[in-house]
Amino acid sequence: MSHDAHAADSPHIVPLSVYLTIFALLMVFTVLTVWVALIDLGPYGWLHTPLALLIASVKATLVVLWFMHVKYGSRLVWVFVVAGLAWLALLVGITVGDYVGRTWEPDPHAWQASADGADFRQLG
Amino acid sequence: MSDRAATPKTASERPPTRRRRSRYEGDVPREHYLNVAYGLKSWLFTIDHKRIAILYLLSITAFFALGGLMAVFIRLELLTPAGDLMTSEIYNRVFTLHGVLMVFFFLIPSIPAVFGNFFLPMMVGAKDMAFPRLNLASWYIYSLGGVFTLAAIVAGGVDTGWTFYTPYSSTYSNSAVALTAIGVFINGFSSIFTGLNFIVTIHKMRAPGMTWMRLPLFVWANYAAALIMILGTPVVAMAIFLVAVERLFGVGIFDPALGGDPILYQHLFWFYSHPAVYIMILPSMGVMSEVIACFSRKRIFGYGFIAASSLAIATVGFLVWGHHMFVSGQSIYASMVFSVLTMLVAVPSAVKVFNWLATLWRGSISFETPMLYAFGFLGLFTVGGLTGLYLGTLATDVHLHDTYFIVAHFHYIMVGGAVMGYLAAVHFWWPKMTGRMYSEWWGRLSAGLLFIGFNLTFFPQFLMGYMGMPRRYHFYPEEWQVLNVLSTAGASILGLGYLIPIIYLTYSLRYGPIAGPNPWRATGLEWTTASPPPQHNFEQTPVVTEEPYDYSKPIVNDLPAPGAGAEPKPSPAAPRS
Amino acid sequence: MSQQHGPVTAAVMTGTMPDMPDHDGPLQHHFDDMAQQNESSALGMWLFLLTELMFFGGVMTAYAVYRYLFNAAFAEGASHLDVRLGTTNTIILIFSSLTMALAVRAAQMDKRKLLVGLLIATMLFGGAFLVIKGIEYAHKWEAGHVPGAYFHYEGPLANHVHLFFSFYFTMTGIHALHMVLGIGWMAWLVLRSARGDFGVGYYAPIEMTGLYWHFVDIVWIFLFPLLYLFGAGAAAGH
Repeated sequence: MSHDAHAADSPHIVPLSVYLTIFALLMVFTVLTVWVALIDLGPYGWLHTPLALLIASVKATLVVLWFMHVKYGSRLVWVFVVAGLAWLALLVGITVGDYVGRTWEPDPHAWQASADGADFRQLG
Repeated sequence: MSDRAATPKTASERPPTRRRRSRYEGDVPREHYLNVAYGLKSWLFTIDHKRIAILYLLSITAFFALGGLMAVFIRLELLTPAGDLMTSEIYNRVFTLHGVLMVFFFLIPSIPAVFGNFFLPMMVGAKDMAFPRLNLASWYIYSLGGVFTLAAIVAGGVDTGWTFYTPYSSTYSNSAVALTAIGVFINGFSSIFTGLNFIVTIHKMRAPGMTWMRLPLFVWANYAAALIMILGTPVVAMAIFLVAVERLFGVGIFDPALGGDPILYQHLFWFYSHPAVYIMILPSMGVMSEVIACFSRKRIFGYGFIAASSLAIATVGFLVWGHHMFVSGQSIYASMVFSVLTMLVAVPSAVKVFNWLATLWRGSISFETPMLYAFGFLGLFTVGGLTGLYLGTLATDVHLHDTYFIVAHFHYIMVGGAVMGYLAAVHFWWPKMTGRMYSEWWGRLSAGLLFIGFNLTFFPQFLMGYMGMPRRYHFYPEEWQVLNVLSTAGASILGLGYLIPIIYLTYSLRYGPIAGPNPWRATGLEWTTASPPPQHNFEQTPVVTEEPYDYSKPIVNDLPAPGAGAEPKPSPAAPRS
Repeated sequence: MSQQHGPVTAAVMTGTMPDMPDHDGPLQHHFDDMAQQNESSALGMWLFLLTELMFFGGVMTAYAVYRYLFNAAFAEGASHLDVRLGTTNTIILIFSSLTMALAVRAAQMDKRKLLVGLLIATMLFGGAFLVIKGIEYAHKWEAGHVPGAYFHYEGPLANHVHLFFSFYFTMTGIHALHMVLGIGWMAWLVLRSARGDFGVGYYAPIEMTGLYWHFVDIVWIFLFPLLYLFGAGAAAGH
């Protein structure tokens, strides 16, 4: 791990064809995401958002790996990219989780019933 | 103390200002970072991390004094049950400014920006930070944020509390919220750039042989704090940005009248601001590891555990923010999860405390000023940490929330922990930064005063809070007056304890005895170079061949003769990874 | 405010501050060699992008929460956005990302004229994006969809549609500001490239700018479906 791939003395030059392929893929996915958004999925209409996010993630991954050279980069950059995504997931996930959880109504009567039914003497 | 006998005098020329001989004698290098250039310009345009640290030291001391002045007003007002010194409106502004100045402009930058900046490159054996200009830029950004906040004071102050809770801050408050918010927002970027600089410096600038497991624990602690800075700060920046946008443009992101949810702000705010507590305390813990090992003359116990627990605190600290929101209307299921995770974060903190205690065990302990502060830290931080468990428990939090109990709790962490650590750092590294020793007698006196004054100020607040006295009110029922008088009396002692060091430290700059390169016989690369250090820290790039904290063998006080020991040994591992 | 720090950071980290010309060549005094310097600037830039990710993450979180709470209103608001203009802008940004990536390649291969041309192309694509964005904003202003005092919307969901447009303008506004500063920064790089500052041995500023630009592109890759396509899908699906 002494020197990264992009060290000054030996830059890693990605072939032109790779860039053009990635570019073409990004275009295809752009058309795909618009198309998917416009078609009628019927009872599966809720899939629109997950599908759109999935396609966006694929596009972002293409950009990160090839345009931003992470594929050829050091392990350290990988670690930080993954850490950043994990932290973003924590922020979004836990916050949205709170809002989802607010719709679950706690049922104190059920707790009371289970407390009444429990035999606490066994604990002592 | 017998093991630290007077060193043979090696000084060939003595500055005329030196008054008396001391056991700390040594050479003052002819040229060092302080005298390579003179004049205001040489400071304002410097890219030397040591000079930037001094700039930070002066700025945060000024903000600390201003924040402290606000605390004086608070304690004076609370001396009597009636609200007689100031109106509610003024009192709201005073405690808000106390919080904003102390948290954002003193505690968060304190140890990282001053001692991290000064010593982190030296500890890893580098000539400077990875990005010296970014480092200077971060000081300017800090100052700009400070200017905005001071402008907000002139514009009438701000009365939302340091937390800027919506919808009060976004819709109702008539004070200078936007100006303060912009100040805090800007200041956040100074913190981000400091953190970024730390991480890159630690990864890429280590001297040959300085492997990860040879890094001083102060470096590990600052690494963990830097992670929080770069991952957390932008989120609070966005939260505060949205509040400012909402106020300026009438956009309703947190306004229930326009469909927004005020609690969402609390999520975004505490996602950063809870881990921010660890930005304050982790570097202090790093200082503890250095000081306790040095004044116990013992290798630190459980090096790996202390290093790993720093990272664990930084990670788990991001998962507990909801414990500030137990009574806010948050889902009770979220509260339960946050409560459990809060208990978890106590574990790595306890790991550190037990390791320090094990380091002290059978050590050859001496009681110099930095060590007195370290002992203060140990006790006060433990009290603060354990009372945190009361607040992390759902049921007790309902009773204690927004009372003086929590005020006492976080002051035990932030003042008893972070500020004690900061003062330990000041006294430990002062000789290295200035080349002079301060008065040990006055140092010990003020450490004692601070400990007594601190406990007298804040311990009564635990009792008041337990009895139900709410925070942020400037009048209260008469039965709490005795405790409040005790608290104000303690605050006077505390204030004195802060003033004395300013005096004797300033005095030492001119009249203090010459410190020499290593007055404490400490380990670590920063002690192998002259005091004050030369402009590029080391005469030649050091080569590290030993573990950290090797206090098992006597450490020589003198600098190696030029050329001696310069033979670079093959490094056991790649310097950078 | 924060947006200004993107390019400035790149400037400061790569040692190309305009007021501080490098007298001793590109290697700064505190690094051992160019490899160490380049690795440091790359890591620094990535950490900065991490910060940017969390910065956008804050507003994305808020958006996610409100979209969860007010799904119908957000779909209704999104249906007022112009999918054709949004798609055009997405395609333009992908073009600009390609030219940026090729600019870095040109610098690596020492093709200086090509480098200048590709940088200018990237700036032009970015400029086109901003022009279209401006047209969209103008449409919104005419329709009374700009949040705040002049917001005008009829219907039972008006309050939450207002919220949607608050997010639309905040998110696209911050994104556009990032682009403006990126373009401004590139103008400076064009001058330096024309002067012949960059080549095989030293192209870190170009590379860092590329990372920044691609990041801004990625943000748009997510904003586009989240803001524009949501309404289209809902309109077609329900």
